[in-house]
Amino acid sequence: MLETFGHLPIAWLLFAVLAAAGFVSFYAGRTQAVAVGSGTTERLNSQPNYHGYFVAMVTVGPAAIILLLYGLFGESLVRAQLASELPQRIRDLGALELGQYIDRIVEHVARRDSVATGNALFDAASDRYTNLLGFSRIIALVLAIAAAGTGFYFARRRLSLNFRARARVEDGIKFMLFLCAAIAILTTIGIVGSLFFEALRFFSRVPVHEFVFGTEWNAQTGADFGAIPLFFGTFMIAFLAMLVAAPIGLLSAIYLSEYASPRFRSIVKPVLELLAGIPTVVYGFFALQFVAPLVRSAANGFNALPFIPDGFLAAQPTSALAAGLVMGIMIIPFVSSLSDDVINAVPQTLRDGAYAMGATRSETVKQVVMPAALPGVIAALLLAVSRAIGETMIVVMAAGQRAQITPDPTADLTTITVQIVALLTGDTEFDNAKTLSAFALGFVLFIVTLIFNLIALRVVQKYREKYE
Amino acid sequence: MNSPAPNPSEKGTFVTEAALKRLKKRHAAEMRFKLYGQVAIGIAVVALITLLVSIFGQASSAFSRNVLTFDTTLDAAQVDPTGARDPDEISRNVSGFNLLLQDNLADQFLPGVEDRARLRELYGLFTRLAVLPIARKTAERPDTIGSQQRFSVALADDIDLFLKGGVTERTSIKLGTVARISGSIETGVQMAFSSPDASDDITKAETRFQEASAADSAPTTLVSAGDTWFRLDTLADGSASLTFIAGEQALPAAGAQASALVLAQAQENRTVSDRQIAWTMLLKEEGRIKSTFNTSLFTHSDSTYPELAGAAAAIVGSLLTMLVTAMLAIPVGIFAAVYLEEFATKNRMTDLIEVNINNLAAVPSIVFGLLGAAVFINFLGMPRSVPLVGGLVLGLLVLPTVIIASRAALKSVPPSIRTAALGVGASPTQAVFHHVLPLAAPGILTGSIIGMARALGETAPLLLIGMVAFVAEVPSGPTDESTVLPVLIYKWSTGAERAWEPQTAAAIIVLLVFLVLMNLIAIILRRRFERRW
Repeated sequence: MLETFGHLPIAWLLFAVLAAAGFVSFYAGRTQAVAVGSGTTERLNSQPNYHGYFVAMVTVGPAAIILLLYGLFGESLVRAQLASELPQRIRDLGALELGQYIDRIVEHVARRDSVATGNALFDAASDRYTNLLGFSRIIALVLAIAAAGTGFYFARRRLSLNFRARARVEDGIKFMLFLCAAIAILTTIGIVGSLFFEALRFFSRVPVHEFVFGTEWNAQTGADFGAIPLFFGTFMIAFLAMLVAAPIGLLSAIYLSEYASPRFRSIVKPVLELLAGIPTVVYGFFALQFVAPLVRSAANGFNALPFIPDGFLAAQPTSALAAGLVMGIMIIPFVSSLSDDVINAVPQTLRDGAYAMGATRSETVKQVVMPAALPGVIAALLLAVSRAIGETMIVVMAAGQRAQITPDPTADLTTITVQIVALLTGDTEFDNAKTLSAFALGFVLFIVTLIFNLIALRVVQKYREKYE
Repeated sequence: MNSPAPNPSEKGTFVTEAALKRLKKRHAAEMRFKLYGQVAIGIAVVALITLLVSIFGQASSAFSRNVLTFDTTLDAAQVDPTGARDPDEISRNVSGFNLLLQDNLADQFLPGVEDRARLRELYGLFTRLAVLPIARKTAERPDTIGSQQRFSVALADDIDLFLKGGVTERTSIKLGTVARISGSIETGVQMAFSSPDASDDITKAETRFQEASAADSAPTTLVSAGDTWFRLDTLADGSASLTFIAGEQALPAAGAQASALVLAQAQENRTVSDRQIAWTMLLKEEGRIKSTFNTSLFTHSDSTYPELAGAAAAIVGSLLTMLVTAMLAIPVGIFAAVYLEEFATKNRMTDLIEVNINNLAAVPSIVFGLLGAAVFINFLGMPRSVPLVGGLVLGLLVLPTVIIASRAALKSVPPSIRTAALGVGASPTQAVFHHVLPLAAPGILTGSIIGMARALGETAPLLLIGMVAFVAEVPSGPTDESTVLPVLIYKWSTGAERAWEPQTAAAIIVLLVFLVLMNLIAIILRRRFERRW
């Protein structure tokens, strides 16, 4: 079947045809409305244009949806049909090899100058695939044309003097707007669904208790799937990051909102926010090239002190500390701008009351403002932790690959995100425990960050209500 | 501002010594607290500056490049052995062009030498593929074959690094002129110099390097006199005994200018040999090695050799990906925001959508990569490594950002606009699309650009949908294999050779320039069109 039309893919042609159909039906509807109104628009309930929009909407909409669905699922359906028709001995090969076999057929058919390979079964399957594909395309096209024709016919029949075309068109627009909003929900369903089902498949091969309580992780060899070292590494690095970000972010927020002059604030605040705009891969490079060697030589210097046993610190070229420090810097603006908002939301009357009692500014901050802002500040910190747990590039580049449990911050640790990247980079098939374990890890990551986010968002909402 | 501190000069009778002491303590605490805040801001700012300085410092050397010029006759037998003048054939004939360059260097430095190892050392000044641009240029103009031409090729990454001051620490010392010379090129040369402190200076420099380095790395000293280069073997009583390594195959005349180059490491410990250094310095003296602006960063695609690698394919890949992202995220985001802000009635469904969007905005980006791998690639069977899938994943990733920004912009349009539109007979849809949306457009646009800037810097989700593949061709459409700028940065940063570091930093700067531009546009839009009601 036709793949391209001239130099353009066939999809463009279809798109052009749909657009043309839209124009034609629009003018048909509009002309008919003018005719119904006997040449004038005064007696029509809606403007003729709206009649035109209505006809175009009903004509093109369903056809476009049919073609879109075919574009998304058509090939999968054809492949499934072909798979079910293949002889039993090939179907017995298992999902992976069956898929690869069909991939080869698809590739063979896609080459325009392909000739028979001589393998009777393969050639027959290729022919069958070509036929099935052509057949499915014709069905989709016929369905689309039928839908367009039916829509066009019934839409034109509805046009009359009292037909409220504008209201109908606006209903259509509202429905489209709703669909757009629903994409956000679909995304969540997609995330939860894919993570959950792939994780389920993983747990059908590896018992849950081994994953959650096991202390050995060797997923690359497919041997051990104990995720405790990854959880440990993730929280260790997030902890180190928060050790940097929490005090610096919080103190900067307090200084900016309570002490700084408006001028100072207007300069420093954007500078801090600049830190949030730098891509994480840049932080990763900084951690790898600049901070990690520094950490290493500092650790070596510490090891060389007279009363320290030799090799007390691991002093690895990539280390949890390097990743944690840089991640902390990255998170500073999150903590500072979120807590800045919260602190500013504390009513001025509380401060004035404290000043009236003779409190100094720092006493007011410590004993009045902070207790009042505490829930919001905690929420800000929770969001920051969730961000630290989910951060990927810095740890991929600067934390290391070794799954181990050690309190030494200069050792190289690995995290959930590092392992997901390591497991899914390169060619992947979705039928072995190694690949699926990445989805189990992703599921854990999603659930943990979701809980943190939900609590934080809830707290912030409550807090806002309290002072509004 | 109301100052809470009491004026100490108005002491009342009720102010005791203890109270004053306490007050002093409290004021000290106040100062300390203020200082903590200043230190915190200072640390954050210093961290930002360190980051930028370290990256710009690294990158500066990658923006210039040392190239070697050579004159050669485009010998038809070598360049186009079939004689067909077929452009494809010529541009693929890398080995033929390579021979031209090799012969050129061998004629100059190693005439008649058959020693393969020695020749390979000389040919190490550049990599095989460096002649590729020459081959392409010749293929475009086959009529130049047979004529005398001047070309320039990129030097190998290590040589380039050496010329920029890398590879090994070094110091050069002027030795004045050659005062006495004896011996022969083959068996060894004894030389004395006119400058009285010469040997002292060399010894001092060697000792300094010896002390600074780890115990077993001995410094090497190279001595050049006229156009001949020697390695220093021993130095005693102002007389140096030397071994010939490169250059003019004759004893330099007495009175020739001499200088020494003390290198911190012996040649076993570095990537550039003594001879290669000598040849490089000779070529430089001749004016055949020049430093030029490194255009290959913008015109070449990725390569396994750092001196030939460029970001062109990744930049185009990023643009294509951003195009798909924008086509998904911006219209859908705006429409979703319009629905939620203007039409949705408050019920459980819209509440759910709202919580959902806020949550999605905080989901780690790598989870979107998992979504892309499972749904787009595994379930829907889309191809890996293509901008289409990357753009869709990033589109979903920034969708919440665009929705939240657009909602804020719509919210800031005062209700009086809507009421007035409705009052003159517009339907709610007309009121929104004809009046509210145009007024909110600058805010929506600003939010969208900031969302796109975030997508441009995103790396992790793209790793999971295969955009790390090695791509040597500039992609021509959203369904071609390609990579993007941040992923290229990640890949280059894992390169083993030292020359990848400046290259990576340079790519980071290209990325940062794009980001700064986008943010500038957003700021300008906001400044120019923002309306305060």
